[in-house]
Amino acid sequence: MQLTVWTYEGPPHVGAMRVATALTDVHYVLHAPQGDTYADLLFTMIERRGARPPVTYTTFQARDLGGDTAELFKTSVQEACERFRPAAVLVGASCTAELIQDDPGGLARALGLGIPVIPLELPAYQRKENWGASETFYHLVRALAGPSAPPPGTPRPARPADRRPRCNLLGPTALGFRHRDDVVEVTRLLATMGVDVSVVAPLGASAADVARLGEADFNVVLYPETGRQAATWLARSFGQPMVDIVPIGVGATRDFIAAVAAAAGVDPAPALAAETARSPWYARSVDSTYLTGKRVFVFGDATHAVAAARVARDELGFTVVGLGTYQREFAREVRTAAALYGLEALITDDYLEVEESIAGLHPELVLGTQMERHIAKRLGVPCAVISAPVHVQDFPARYSPQMGFEGANVLFDSWVHPLMMGLEEHLLGMFRDDPEFADGAAPSHLASVAPIAAAPVEPILAPAATASVVAAVAPVAVAHPASPAAPVPATGPDWTAEAERELRKIPFFVRGKARRNTEIFARDKGCASITVETLYDAKAHFGR
Amino acid sequence: MTAQPLLAPRSACDLPVLRQRGQREVFCGLTGIVWLHRKMRDAFFLVVGSRTCAHLLQSAAGVMIFAEPRFATAVIDERDLAGLADLHDELDRVVGRLIDRRPDIRTLFLVGSCPSEVIKLDLAKAAARLSLGFGNRPRVLSYSGSGIETTFTEGEDACLAALVPDLPAEGRDAEASLLVVGTLADVVEDQFRRLFADLGIGRVAFLPGRHREDLPAVGPATRMLLAQPYLAETARRLEDRGARRLAAPFPLGAEGTTDWLWAAATAFGVPAERFETVTRPARQRARAAVARHRAALENRRIFFFPDSQLEIPLARMLSCELGMIPVEVGTPYLHRAHLDPDLSRLSPDLVLSEGQDVEAQLDRCRAAKPDLVVCGLGLANPLEAEGFTTKWSIETVFTPIQGYEQAGDLAELFARPLDRRNRLEV
Repeated sequence: MQLTVWTYEGPPHVGAMRVATALTDVHYVLHAPQGDTYADLLFTMIERRGARPPVTYTTFQARDLGGDTAELFKTSVQEACERFRPAAVLVGASCTAELIQDDPGGLARALGLGIPVIPLELPAYQRKENWGASETFYHLVRALAGPSAPPPGTPRPARPADRRPRCNLLGPTALGFRHRDDVVEVTRLLATMGVDVSVVAPLGASAADVARLGEADFNVVLYPETGRQAATWLARSFGQPMVDIVPIGVGATRDFIAAVAAAAGVDPAPALAAETARSPWYARSVDSTYLTGKRVFVFGDATHAVAAARVARDELGFTVVGLGTYQREFAREVRTAAALYGLEALITDDYLEVEESIAGLHPELVLGTQMERHIAKRLGVPCAVISAPVHVQDFPARYSPQMGFEGANVLFDSWVHPLMMGLEEHLLGMFRDDPEFADGAAPSHLASVAPIAAAPVEPILAPAATASVVAAVAPVAVAHPASPAAPVPATGPDWTAEAERELRKIPFFVRGKARRNTEIFARDKGCASITVETLYDAKAHFGR
Repeated sequence: MTAQPLLAPRSACDLPVLRQRGQREVFCGLTGIVWLHRKMRDAFFLVVGSRTCAHLLQSAAGVMIFAEPRFATAVIDERDLAGLADLHDELDRVVGRLIDRRPDIRTLFLVGSCPSEVIKLDLAKAAARLSLGFGNRPRVLSYSGSGIETTFTEGEDACLAALVPDLPAEGRDAEASLLVVGTLADVVEDQFRRLFADLGIGRVAFLPGRHREDLPAVGPATRMLLAQPYLAETARRLEDRGARRLAAPFPLGAEGTTDWLWAAATAFGVPAERFETVTRPARQRARAAVARHRAALENRRIFFFPDSQLEIPLARMLSCELGMIPVEVGTPYLHRAHLDPDLSRLSPDLVLSEGQDVEAQLDRCRAAKPDLVVCGLGLANPLEAEGFTTKWSIETVFTPIQGYEQAGDLAELFARPLDRRNRLEV
């Protein structure tokens, strides 16, 4: 039994829903109690989908448990198939139905539906969302593409010389972090190489598309979390090579081009020459000098975290001080990557542990999930979001891929922007004592707007509670005065008034660190009080 | 204007009920934790369940955690399912750790879930054992918020019902007191307190209160006024302890609030003139605030999918005070006795449905082509995409809507989606 206050991943059947919803004509019948339908709002509210996920829930109640829940399941499958006419049906159980052991697969098969029935066994007390998505996609591919697999050991016929090479893009799902735009960007990139995309799956694929996955020359795994297991099976069954370099960042995109060129038997040179990323030049531009050696903490799903660490160090000149993931299944990959930066990877799905780690490392930038964004906000550290779990803000109206050269541009903008915001706040702080910035002074460019002294206070009748509804849409602080989670500064030597004044001249975003370091230094040296001298001694001591 | 009810109540029994069975697109009772923990400031809600429960709570609440919230999930894993003895030990360990971390907690609710119910984990026994071990500091109680037993707001009913045995007993010869039952936003509670004080009703308590020491005494002198329509079990247990329920429509809108207050005034012998003097200013404010939205809503047809059990009082308010035409009013459960005053004010032409077969109901909704659909978050955007105008029903649970000063806000909740559709030119 584990105490969980907040969780990075949902249960495995939510992963199966992400696959079912991504497909165009596959239905998922989930044996589940009422209440599990909450998962629909992830798709309709967070991703703002204009259609319900293709999921039917049996929504059994206590009074059904004494009766026949198996019959209820069969009726649900039958009715869903009659109403929605899917090309294939996924059947499975959520955590509660797993306990009552009704065998959804056997029951659905016995109905003689005349369409492929794919049973899903997703152990809810053991596994989580991404594993559920991967497992679902794998079983779907096996069931639908399996019948056209050649006998084992059959060599793959060579591609006819008059046909362009083609590949499948595997892994993108509904509710994926920028999957929608990554698919577009990677498809464009492949086109510059003369490589066609045969099928994208599961996002936007039909059951018939999945059935013809074996026709492509090779597979590109965009998201190993969801696509690698299926791609491995396709490699074994159809002899299709697999490219699983994730093209996030300029360097990784170049590596990806080389790997695709090798798999497709084409020349990588034109695609490399057509590189459209502005980010390498922006990183070299002198105004970016201040980015040098910024301490960055990276946490997310394994794919995005590992890729972000590489971009941070090699393409922005940051120093990676922490790297981790909430996906235990990918701990090995993340540990290997962390070793490159001389770090011990943080593998945990407990956000309190992540918070502790961030607080202890004093990074200047956090690259993480929405949870790390909140942690960073609390600690006063700039942050950019690089990974799921997704939030409504992760579905921007504009085109905003993470992959390919355009993706590298997006990364540059979205990571550097929070740092610039920090600088602007510092400038505001510098001018704070100027008369124009005094409290109540109107903006100088709005001369006509005079500040109203003592404006009447209107009672707000719909207070914070309203916001917390807005469910998946806007995250809301659950503030609690007695929270012990905020780091409490240890008491140390007293600051003299003069040293306090000097400290305030230091930019606010490094002030906390300067204060802490000075206090540590003072304690180590046994200083009774901190003077301006102590402050600068400490600065020299810790100077990097 | 007189303060007495304007419409003569007629029997609600003549409204037939369409009962259907199929997929239910509703939350389970765990969701109530989202507002209950905000109301009860020294209570902690520990769900004993699965990862799904934890995911539901954070998704339904849209809650990202800055500080530590006062709810959490003890996630049952595979090892726990191996044997029940281990499960109780594990629970003791998790609760022990929690209480070490949060010594400020005065009431700890162990909240049962679908998995804990199915494996028959006896949380009542666990709560009694833990409470004894802690010397009632914190007091440990249990209730079920599982989807197999509770629908959405029934979770609050189960929680408050679990509190009833803890209420101190009040003697038979005690002076009559008023107990308002059902979670209200603090701002609303305070408004009602002022009104009751001005009416001269001295002994007034609210359940739930903000703190454990606010637990009101209950006995034969207690008159209870329900503030929410989903409290069947809580009311039954209070009646078992001697409390008597005052029948009234729920306090939504200017007239609903008036009738609700009037029920208390009558029971406490408040003279009609005094009632009139005390309520008139707020009532007139409320009527004016509601009237501002009449043009937008009058004669508009509205369709309710079942969600919070507030549907019937909302339909009454929107039809009686704003001239809207309810086409179908769906409710997860129908408690006729508690809802009779609201039901009797509804037109007999509407379809009253209990339970849900969501696919069949969507078909009826499409056929009825209402001007406004009130539904849950899973259905709202898909219906908008089909061209319907929708109002998220969950907002009526989280937003303060009861009482005079909120009547205008309540009307506005329904006017806004229509206004928005008119404004958009894309």
